[in-house]
Amino acid sequence: MRFRAAFLLPALMTTAHALPAWAQEAEDGGGASIDQWIDSIVAPVTSPFVNFIFASLPGTNLPWIVLWLITAAVIFTFYFGFVQFRMVPHAIQLVRGHYTSPDAAGEVTHFQALATAVSGTVGLGNIAGVGVAIAVGGPGATFWMILSGLFGMASKFTECTLGVKYREEHPDGRVSGGPMHYLKKGMAEIGKPGLGKGLAIGFAICCVLASWGGGNMFQANQAHAQLVVITGGEESFLNGRGWITGVIMAAIVFLVIIGGIKSIARVTEKLVPFMGILYLLAALIVIIANIDHVGAAFAEIFEGAFTGLGVAGGLIGALIQGLRRATFSNEAGIGSAAIAHSAVQTKHPVTEGFVSMLEPFIDTVVICTATALVITISGVLQQDPTTGLYVWDEAAGRIATEGGLTGVELTSAAFGSRISWFPYVLAVAVVLFAFSTMISWSYYGLKAWLFLFGDNPSSELFFKLLFCFFVIVGAAISLGSVLDFSDASLFAMAIFNIIGCYFLMPIVKREMTSYMSKLRSGAIPKYVGEQPA
Amino acid sequence: MANELFIVAYDGVDRDVVDYAAVRAKASGASLHIVHVLHWSPYSFLTPQELEERKMRRREELERARSTLLDPLVAELKGGGLSVDCEIRFGSPTELILEVAKTRQASLIFVGRSGKSSIENKIFGSVTLGLAQAAPVPTVIVP
Repeated sequence: MRFRAAFLLPALMTTAHALPAWAQEAEDGGGASIDQWIDSIVAPVTSPFVNFIFASLPGTNLPWIVLWLITAAVIFTFYFGFVQFRMVPHAIQLVRGHYTSPDAAGEVTHFQALATAVSGTVGLGNIAGVGVAIAVGGPGATFWMILSGLFGMASKFTECTLGVKYREEHPDGRVSGGPMHYLKKGMAEIGKPGLGKGLAIGFAICCVLASWGGGNMFQANQAHAQLVVITGGEESFLNGRGWITGVIMAAIVFLVIIGGIKSIARVTEKLVPFMGILYLLAALIVIIANIDHVGAAFAEIFEGAFTGLGVAGGLIGALIQGLRRATFSNEAGIGSAAIAHSAVQTKHPVTEGFVSMLEPFIDTVVICTATALVITISGVLQQDPTTGLYVWDEAAGRIATEGGLTGVELTSAAFGSRISWFPYVLAVAVVLFAFSTMISWSYYGLKAWLFLFGDNPSSELFFKLLFCFFVIVGAAISLGSVLDFSDASLFAMAIFNIIGCYFLMPIVKREMTSYMSKLRSGAIPKYVGEQPA
Repeated sequence: MANELFIVAYDGVDRDVVDYAAVRAKASGASLHIVHVLHWSPYSFLTPQELEERKMRRREELERARSTLLDPLVAELKGGGLSVDCEIRFGSPTELILEVAKTRQASLIFVGRSGKSSIENKIFGSVTLGLAQAAPVPTVIVP
């Protein structure tokens, strides 16, 4: 117990610098590792919340929150007349700047808003999350992931249009928005200011929690796991010493978000797209090199989607894992992306809604599917040669693999089985993705925090220090409690966001209808391919 | 014949090109149009914080360029009896100078021989080289 008291109070105040001393103390004193006792503190605190968010619907083992998200995505899809299929070509033209006035040069373009939002979402969800989904839900989870990505595009469309429409334009020229603003202002506009304020506050609280969880601790945790694997696994000096990775990452995050060292962020933001492309290329190489297995892999994905192929959860297991991981990866319906998208320069909010639809497509339909195919093709999942069913590891609750792998380690092993050196590249990619996601989420969390506690420098600094502290916690504790908490807090944002989106969707529809008629009549000026006389 | 218009590609540092263009403009009774381009790519990557501040920064960059660079310069040249105006644009310098030269139907472009040898210049070619290759009108490279 003395560790607990010694740990919590000063650590909250001094964050990064003090931890190694305690680690030493923990090793000398109790014999238990620092990881274990951090875990013993965090797990009991977070589990009631986790249990509530992932409570199953009566008589099934389908978490109600997953149904909540997918129902919303389907409703938005029908309400906006399959906007995600009709407007993609227009979205691509918008991103290419065909409708951007040259006078607006120097302001945030559609491309930039999309790129920033994508680098916030593409990351560990696509590598580690898919690894978990396939290990627990089988290849069939991929089918549900793709479906969730396609429907999720409509959720993204709704929230990002609202994000731009109700953004705050400060007198000094700063532009910021997000669900807390549209929930508050939009709901007030339709005569429900009280409900709107309640939803906005609920959203902001969950967003702050998610920025510490999914946007931070999960990232640090998985980055650490990768570093352990490539520095020697069990023998690695980092093994069981998550705080080392944590302190280093926290120090870098500190330099960027508190020290204002822009160059680090800028280098990362440039490397992340490069890493994303490299990752996709590697996946393509694996897929093309095993082109004769691709048909079988797709067969397994479709068959597994409805039968489970030996996976204990069967159809429901694949469905839950697929939907859960896809949502964790593309964040559609969660509301986070609306924060990044809202700074775009446009006269018509709905244009950014169209552009934002490309995000779940890139993230889930393209990148997650590529990961899933590589895992399925690689043969790392053990199959019973006689029945063709997967071998189920009852104790671990997932498909048996050599060494009992899941998450990022499974993905890494799958790539490694075909391209021996790729796990090293993947480790670098994971660390970079983790870092860029942390930077994005530190911003999302900060915006929500300032919405709750007022826009002042000291509360801003306090949030940022806490954020750095949680990097260390995340790297130090075990996967189970971190992953559950990060999932739960992220999904909780969707409760408030989606209620608001239901109320506000007629406004989005009006925006869309008016824009579409202007577009058809030629009232929206097009600048590319047309010289002004 | 109506007044000729000379374009000056001014990077904010190289005064020689402006002074030389001013001499030539005076000699031939031409007007000067100074173009100052702030480097900007619509395809660059920004952090969410930078997205939020972009509009503010753009305003600051414009104001700084106008008040510290171009306003004093234009005032000085006007004082010397020249007809001068200026514009500040965001984007790729070569492309924008070419565009301005075309739309304003300029008869000459003046550009400095970029003294700085940045890596970017080595890879993508400098504004000077770009103009020399693509300019629709005679282009004077001022050493």
